[in-house]
Amino acid sequence: MRVALFTTCLVDQFLPEVGKATVRILEKLGVEVLYDSRQTCCGQPAYNSGHVREARKVVRHFLRVFADAGADAIVVPSGSCATMLKVFSSHLLETDEEEALGSEIGARIFELSDFLVSSLGVEATGASFSESVTFHDSCHQLRELGVRDQPRRLLRAVQGIDFREMDDAERCCGFGGTFAIKFADVSSAMGHDKISRIRESGARVVVSNDGGCLMHLRGLIDRQKAPLRTMHLAEVLARF
Amino acid sequence: MQFRILRNTSDALSDGPLQANLKHALGRSLTARAAAVSEVENWEELRSYARHIKKCTLRDLGRYLRQMEEQVQRQGGRVLWASDAREAVGHVLEIARTHQASTAAKSKSMLTEEIQLNAALEDSGIRPVETDLGEFILQLAGQIPSHIVAPALHMSRAQVAALFADKLQMEATDDVRELTETARRRLRREFLKADLGISGVNFGIAETGTVVVVENEGNARLSTALPRVHIALMGIEKLIPRWMDLPVFLKLLTISATGQRITSYVNLLNGPKRREEPDGPEHFYLIFVDNGRSAILKDDRKRQTLSCIRCGACQNVCPVFQSIGGHAYESTYQGPIGAILTPQLTTASDAPEHPFASSLCAACREICPVKIDIPEVLLILREQAVESRTGPRSERLAFRLWAFAMTRPRIYRLGEKLIRLAFRLGAGGMKRGPLAGWVRSRDLPAPAMESFRSWMAKTRGGRNGS
Repeated sequence: MRVALFTTCLVDQFLPEVGKATVRILEKLGVEVLYDSRQTCCGQPAYNSGHVREARKVVRHFLRVFADAGADAIVVPSGSCATMLKVFSSHLLETDEEEALGSEIGARIFELSDFLVSSLGVEATGASFSESVTFHDSCHQLRELGVRDQPRRLLRAVQGIDFREMDDAERCCGFGGTFAIKFADVSSAMGHDKISRIRESGARVVVSNDGGCLMHLRGLIDRQKAPLRTMHLAEVLARF
Repeated sequence: MQFRILRNTSDALSDGPLQANLKHALGRSLTARAAAVSEVENWEELRSYARHIKKCTLRDLGRYLRQMEEQVQRQGGRVLWASDAREAVGHVLEIARTHQASTAAKSKSMLTEEIQLNAALEDSGIRPVETDLGEFILQLAGQIPSHIVAPALHMSRAQVAALFADKLQMEATDDVRELTETARRRLRREFLKADLGISGVNFGIAETGTVVVVENEGNARLSTALPRVHIALMGIEKLIPRWMDLPVFLKLLTISATGQRITSYVNLLNGPKRREEPDGPEHFYLIFVDNGRSAILKDDRKRQTLSCIRCGACQNVCPVFQSIGGHAYESTYQGPIGAILTPQLTTASDAPEHPFASSLCAACREICPVKIDIPEVLLILREQAVESRTGPRSERLAFRLWAFAMTRPRIYRLGEKLIRLAFRLGAGGMKRGPLAGWVRSRDLPAPAMESFRSWMAKTRGGRNGS
């Protein structure tokens, strides 16, 4: 199995350890990992802010880079970036040819946890982690991709983990792309609510697989100096 | 008039009593709804059915409206058409003059809020009396509704008690029974005195010419039955084609709104009192109000906005609404449905922030009983806002630069270096500029020492080994 990795711009620039963990997991499972360094972003920041023209250019760049990747699947360690490329990009493509290419590539795009569980049939990556952990769903992953159980099944299979479900797990953390800047106070208030639910669960680590949610929550937690850690799902699954 | 949200958010977020009231009331509605939905085996099927019926109806709305008009006329009612708020208000005032009315008993109607009927009535010397308990409270307080189903949801029992003590000269008490009894005694007198009864319409059934008004307090029944004249105002999208469609919509509405399997009263009104009937109004008027709706109808993708049955579930579940409440939106319709309806009913420049006041979490789409894809419409409205260049110029420029860099790997790599330089120069602590909002409450992470792609190039030799 050959997999092309789309790491996303956030992981590339801010969370490279997530990319490294993803490579480690995939290679351990016997998957050949391809990486094209011409890749940049999925286009979501522009798309969600109404800058459709700019988003279209970036989606086209993605398609150009991944059209000839020669991979069985394209794996993305982010629910919302995978959604942008798999679901939303179809609203942006104009010609029949482009649409055909978009849907052909779109069908091969998988969010990481979905790929591991649904395509590879793997739940235990061999990781162990003696910590109390809760999982935060990214809204796009949950409601656009319908990926809910996969990350939980992977986490529960980690040795020594104490997995706890928080209340209102499916409630948005308040990130929302440029919403976090335009309505910064509302976004932060939603984030504080989320952090309260996380802490009430008793977990000391909140795991998610969305760079945006993680940066937002980590930023609030660091400011509050709350006794909580954020981790990307791949970082937990790569602890073997 | 401009409806701005941003300027109200910090007040709303720091309003302790408001926060408590929102949490209590919205949580209760959601819990009741979830319990009721779990009892309905074919809930998803009902949603799909309702969405389909609405879609078909909206595609052929003109025909159904004429059918409804004919049916109402056959039953002895009169039908008037209003293309905008002014015309709608004009019709009501004209009817009031014809019947020499001086007071009007009103049952809850968001449409009359939308067209600001009360102010127009008062200006013409006609006293409107809100008879829904929530609306009655707001009329006393001089406020507009903050929620489409529970208009006074932002107020606590104690706040209502204080208001009643002040305005109704009663002794302060937070005993709910005593408070409602006071309102009830006062309203009974008004029902008997009123010349006009004014109501909204939850559903208009084209096939039978029936106006359906759903309620819990009995005030709509009294408003529509006791006064000699009943005026029903109906947004043109409230139509359903057939009598047999009603049970599905009723179930979806009452469960989504309050978690009730059925409300205490479902009023099915067919024209004025008939000769053999002991009571009911002598005159019945139905006013079809467009007020921007037919413009929405023309757009294939945004048309679904008009499927809304005003259950308020999207408001209850929305984390933004839960955080700031309804008044922050300043508009008649608030929350997710208000965010898509307001800019379309007015103009985009009247509500420039509405489409952006959402994290696009899609909880609204998930709960909507008629499956309106609210995030999809929000995105379309955002796109149109950008196209019409109402937003900040700096943002447009920033996205253009961003797209330039994101489509050119070499420039992207150059940007990578620039970002790191900017951070070393202290960009992470910015008090001004585009990221100021972020930094106010959140730490900004610094870019990693080494990007993932550099690491890949070093360890795996870059692009597929090349």
